[in-house]
Amino acid sequence: MDKSTMENSNEDLDLFRSIEYTGNGFYWTVGFLIFVIAFGLYGYFHQVLYGLGVTGMAQPISWGFYIVNFVFFIGISHAGTLISAILRLSQAEWRRPITRMAEIITAIVLAIGGLHPILDLGQPGRMWNLVTNGRLQSPLLWDVTSITAYFAASTVYLYLPMIPDIAILRDRGVKPKWLYQFLSWNWQDTPEQKRVLERAINILMIMVIPIAVSVHTVISYIFAMTIQPGWHSTIFGPYFVAGAIFSGIAALMIAMIAFRKIFHLERYLKLIHFQYLSTLLLIMSIIWFYFTFSEYLTTFYGNEPDEMRVFNYKFIGDFAPYFWLMVFCNFAVPVIILSFKKTKTIPGILVVSFSVLIGMWLERLIIVVPSLANPRLEYPVGIYIPTITEWGLFAAGVAIFILGFLMFAKYFPLISIWEIREGRESSIKEVAHRLQSYMPDTYEEDELERALK
Amino acid sequence: MQESGNHRWGMVIDLNKCTGCGECVAACKVENNVAIVGAEESEMDRTMFWMDIITTHEGEYPDTEVTYFPRPCFHCDNPPCTKVCPVRATYRNDEGIVTQIFPQCIGCRYCMAACPYTVKSFNWFAPDWPEEMNSSLNPDVSVRPVGVVEKCTFCIHRLQKAKELARAEDRELREGDYLPACSESCPTDAISFGDLNDPHSEVNKLAKSLRAFRMLEELGTEPKVYYLSKVE
Repeated sequence: MDKSTMENSNEDLDLFRSIEYTGNGFYWTVGFLIFVIAFGLYGYFHQVLYGLGVTGMAQPISWGFYIVNFVFFIGISHAGTLISAILRLSQAEWRRPITRMAEIITAIVLAIGGLHPILDLGQPGRMWNLVTNGRLQSPLLWDVTSITAYFAASTVYLYLPMIPDIAILRDRGVKPKWLYQFLSWNWQDTPEQKRVLERAINILMIMVIPIAVSVHTVISYIFAMTIQPGWHSTIFGPYFVAGAIFSGIAALMIAMIAFRKIFHLERYLKLIHFQYLSTLLLIMSIIWFYFTFSEYLTTFYGNEPDEMRVFNYKFIGDFAPYFWLMVFCNFAVPVIILSFKKTKTIPGILVVSFSVLIGMWLERLIIVVPSLANPRLEYPVGIYIPTITEWGLFAAGVAIFILGFLMFAKYFPLISIWEIREGRESSIKEVAHRLQSYMPDTYEEDELERALK
Repeated sequence: MQESGNHRWGMVIDLNKCTGCGECVAACKVENNVAIVGAEESEMDRTMFWMDIITTHEGEYPDTEVTYFPRPCFHCDNPPCTKVCPVRATYRNDEGIVTQIFPQCIGCRYCMAACPYTVKSFNWFAPDWPEEMNSSLNPDVSVRPVGVVEKCTFCIHRLQKAKELARAEDRELREGDYLPACSESCPTDAISFGDLNDPHSEVNKLAKSLRAFRMLEELGTEPKVYYLSKVE
């Protein structure tokens, strides 16, 4: 290692703190999370032993928390890779400290969300039937396919930009050495390696966008492909994708705020990053409202009796408190708080992010349950009260997410060190050059040459 | 008519004749080993009926009109449930009966969510009977394990028996050889059953009656259970 890289590695010491320093708080938190996860697993064990009867699901509400949380978690997982890919693609320079965290959220939450349909199976032991007898005509198989594709793509997309950072850790001699030795793939920072890496990231970043969009689209198809009132809607695909990005940004900002607070990363995660992201959140909130409005106005104006029963159940019936709380959380809160400079602060953004998470979870609940509760034929309207097992597994899902995030932070930098350095070294020059090329009457050298030919 | 594929089994239920006595429901439960859930479970809406009775009320008291609709599975020709099954645990066989393959079902309950008639039941717990009933289970129908979806099969085991008998006697299947338990037990003969493809069968004629209609016909599911509307 030459002298200049030595200096460089000392420069971003803050970013190594989560890896090289372990406080008591870490152990306490991990202990608590493991307790929550164990409680959830105990509930699941109970469920496998006795059957899905231990949940609050019944007839006709035969889908409950597991499916709601499945859609919710997969939605959050969209924050990551999609946002990171879009920011990279649009060469947004402020992305540098954000992308890694976004990507790790995707990988962890996708794994959690993807397991949820298995929690919901009456016969989980027969899961292999999906492979041996799988029917590709079933939207459930589309899900299996696209979620696995997304998981594969997003973990690779998380890993590749980590290689230079892992090499930095290896060179610093961080323990366990074998881990960094193995994962760094003999990265030596040569120009050739850099070129290959950049190319790989570029290809993946383009590939991952359509996969991400497809994932949430086909999740909406589970509902939209049936002819049930409230589900059979053509805008469900884009509606779900927009909602997914919306809740994903909120989750990303909560993670960023927590991480920044715990490890004092105010130097890296600045107010400006939060303000840019929250502007994006505000836009998504308005898009969400637009979709919701279109969806329900169409139902209301069409006034079909079966559709209206579900509609009324949501607007003035049993689900009205949830419905209006959802509108409040997803639209009123973000628009009010994020529209004013005075409230667009870190605490304000934190409040909005939590509000959006609650609102989007409610939206998933409001999509799944009311349609099932109001069957077309004249059965009594169903009720659904989740049991402790379902709450326990929900809590365990959240706990696994936090634990996964913590463990990742324990072993790898949550902010991409090499990308920060790259930004510091070359991005001002690059951006200046780029801006120059936007101006009238200025030509890039090669452009000039081409014009002359 | 011996070969499969020529038949299209269907049912016609005369609402004028139905008194709502519930005999079909009871006969179905006994015939098909449908689990009897306890009071607590029943309170939670987990009762299991392959044949159920839907009661509708029209008009204000005292001029109310009560109608009972016995409701089996409608065995749609275009079933929304089989389309969505990820493992082919439910499918429409070549005689039009929508069947369930219990050992193949993974219990995702997608078919339950997709059925516009809400006819499917799920085994929330392992099925259980009062001690005395265990010896009276029907040996022709498999007892379902916990965690699978089930529903009316038009007593398809009776079709197998009828076919075997016909083959043994070296003759074709005759009208009335194959009747589901509900149809057979109905004290007012409100439930007719037979081959819709047979131009001489009773169901064929009744299904063409001006009174005949099908449930939620506008959905295009093509149910094979017809109702004859009430007339004064």
